[in-house]
Amino acid sequence: MGASWANVRGNRALVVSAGILIVTAMLAVIGPLISPYDYLSTNFDALLRAPTMADMHLFGTDDLGRDLFVRTMLGIRVTLIVAIIASIVSLVIGVAYGATAGYFGGRVDAVMMRLVDTLYAMPFIFFVILLMVVFERNFLLIFVAIGAINWLDMARIVRGQTLSLREREFVDAARLTGVSSARIIARHIAPNLVGVVVVYVTLTIPQAILVESFLSFLGLGIQEPQTSLGALVDAGVNQLERASWTLLIPATLLAVILMCFNFLGDALRDLFDARQTR
Amino acid sequence: MSLLEVSGLGIRYGTNDVVAGLSFSVDPGESCGLVGESGSGKTQTALAILGLLPAAATSSGSIRFDGIELLVADEDEMNALRAERIAIVFQDPMQALNPYLRIGQQIRRILLQHKLASGHEANDRVIEMLARVGLPDPKRQFGAYPHQLSGGMRQRAMIASALITEPDLLIADEPTTALDVTVQAQILELLASIRDDTALLLITHDLGVVAGHCERTLVIEQGGLVEEGLTRQVFAAPQSRHMAQLLAAAPRLDRDGMREGMRGEFAGETVLDIRAAAVSFRERGSHRRLQAVRDFTLQVRSGETVAVVGESGSGKSSLVRAVLGLIPLQTGVVSFLGERLPDDVRSRALTVKRELQLVFQDPVGSLNPQMRAGDIISEPLLVHAPTLRDGERRRRVLRMLEKVGLPDSFVSRYPHELSGGQAQRVAIARALVMKPSVLICDEAVAALDGTVRNQVMALLEGVQDETGLSIIFISHDLAVVRGISHRVLVMYFGRLVELADCASLFTRPLHPYTRALIDAVPVPDPAVARGKQVIAGEVPSIVTPPSGCAFHPRCAYAHERCIVERPDERVVDGVTVACHRADEIDLTVR
Repeated sequence: MGASWANVRGNRALVVSAGILIVTAMLAVIGPLISPYDYLSTNFDALLRAPTMADMHLFGTDDLGRDLFVRTMLGIRVTLIVAIIASIVSLVIGVAYGATAGYFGGRVDAVMMRLVDTLYAMPFIFFVILLMVVFERNFLLIFVAIGAINWLDMARIVRGQTLSLREREFVDAARLTGVSSARIIARHIAPNLVGVVVVYVTLTIPQAILVESFLSFLGLGIQEPQTSLGALVDAGVNQLERASWTLLIPATLLAVILMCFNFLGDALRDLFDARQTR
Repeated sequence: MSLLEVSGLGIRYGTNDVVAGLSFSVDPGESCGLVGESGSGKTQTALAILGLLPAAATSSGSIRFDGIELLVADEDEMNALRAERIAIVFQDPMQALNPYLRIGQQIRRILLQHKLASGHEANDRVIEMLARVGLPDPKRQFGAYPHQLSGGMRQRAMIASALITEPDLLIADEPTTALDVTVQAQILELLASIRDDTALLLITHDLGVVAGHCERTLVIEQGGLVEEGLTRQVFAAPQSRHMAQLLAAAPRLDRDGMREGMRGEFAGETVLDIRAAAVSFRERGSHRRLQAVRDFTLQVRSGETVAVVGESGSGKSSLVRAVLGLIPLQTGVVSFLGERLPDDVRSRALTVKRELQLVFQDPVGSLNPQMRAGDIISEPLLVHAPTLRDGERRRRVLRMLEKVGLPDSFVSRYPHELSGGQAQRVAIARALVMKPSVLICDEAVAALDGTVRNQVMALLEGVQDETGLSIIFISHDLAVVRGISHRVLVMYFGRLVELADCASLFTRPLHPYTRALIDAVPVPDPAVARGKQVIAGEVPSIVTPPSGCAFHPRCAYAHERCIVERPDERVVDGVTVACHRADEIDLTVR
């Protein structure tokens, strides 16, 4: 890939948002280790305590007296993991599906893309809620549910790109030398999709975070005592009048993370576009 | 006093000087040719004169137009000058015309903008101008959208819009490079005849274009002027080494020798046999089939080069793609060494695939931008000789690189790090690494500069002498074909019109279209170039095929019979030709 370090460093939005995300992720890993509290134990002597340095309750405590700093860090961890794994799921399915449909074109393309259209038409949130109600709520189901929504967009984008790549002469050249279809997709089509896909993934991550938060907010996502940013916001809303920090801190962090991913996506898109126009 | 005076012009992108210390002048009413290879700064100079340089460029020096300093002029002053006093015609008229506006409206706007006419008077002037540039039925074309016109007609409309204000200076930047040879000749003729008192600065890489149509010639190399003078003198006795090189590299129909030795009866066996091939496409939104190639037959023998020549729309690209199995053949048979090939390349055996290879027109586009040159060349080996050890494969790749004249270090280069000529060498290496029997070159040198083109053609010739490779050389340019081919096949509107030995075709063509193509090639010699015949008209649209002989609407020799009856291919004096009058008319080139 030709995006040089000079270009990357020259892009302030990219450096700042990537920096914030890396620091946040590191905090989420290290934070719970250095805090004297864990995410489980309750302390009935310290219910809804406001953020204070004094006894290391940096973000205060919740209505059960659990330390909110540790819980928030745990929430970030869970949120990021859910988002990244869901994006990888959508990436793998979406790229394979879209590239296949686009490369073979014609009838194969028509059938595959009509299937996507059909899935699009289903009210997915409703569908996911049903799934959650019928089956035990578990971590895995959240990945599946979110990935299942996101891969549709990815497949459409990849398919469109592949349709135009397929007409390029280097693909004809490969077909003439006898390169197999699988190898053409893997060696000639996929590498040329990287730019678009990288950008799109950074934009699906915030989408996945939002869906996860939404599900958790509805009480359908992560199970107590595990938590995620969405679940924390849900809990915080109930304490809004008595202890506003229980809402504000996780909500702010959620907003910052979402914005960083969006900026990152935009910045990456600019970076790859500049390379293409040059 | 000079109309345009450029002195010490410098244009720089970052630390990269594109133009440095360039000085020249253009007098009122004169025609001046600015010649240089690609990347020599010609277009940048034109953009600087028009004040259209991108923000990333910094300019220095001075450009004075009729006493006004253009480099320091602000946007309002430039807007007043542009169109009204300085006009430009770009290379690609489709890019320069607004696809959402009717032709007439676009040109009319210029008049209204500069308050030169209004209302009905403006309409009348536009229609008159359209008639002057030779658009048939100008009243109707006034209301046409750009996509409804052919490339040549669009360029005529572009010229009309440039000249409508009667500017003092017309800059034409490669105005005919995107056009067919016969249309190119028409457009150049038009530019020369229509401009009245307008001075012309004609920017081109093609010496033939300058020789025929410019009084004075300026030669630039790497952003600096290396030679200027009267066209006659510059061409007769070039003072600079660069101009001499350019002249030597320009292909000439009237002088250079042809390939010796293998003419006439061929010893080699028939390698590739194409019989009665037809290709058609379904018209968008209807069930009608558009016939791109019909009833095409050709045998290619081992070790020979057959050139297939025709203008765009003649079906040559559809033909090669169908022969290679990239698009379906409607009817007909393609055989290799007597064995019939499946129509689709995917159903052809690997052992056959390696025998037929293609080199594309766009060298960079035919290389995967994400692969290094070494990987590109070794990929066919991975497919055809999967048991080869890594070391041996690498050795073969290096040997191939050496054969196409590139150093070992190019193994790790990406396509965007290569020049056009280098990229084409890599593409040729990829095609030749499997030692094919037939190499098809689809306009493989059309995008290259003169000297590079000659190197690439010499490379192909060398490989052929060494390995007995058969080459099918597709081109729109007869001049390029002449030096390399044994036989030449001329196509028009999807059919063969003439197939002859190279020598016979160029000295005694039998088909009027062949003769028209020969005449249309610009000759880089002012003494020869002037006063040549230019045939009228363009290749007909595939949607509305003419009756009888497809060439009859443009043919000076057409009879009633040509209008109603399509001529079959027949052999006259050993030449295959499709013309009713081939044995009556004498088209010998003198």
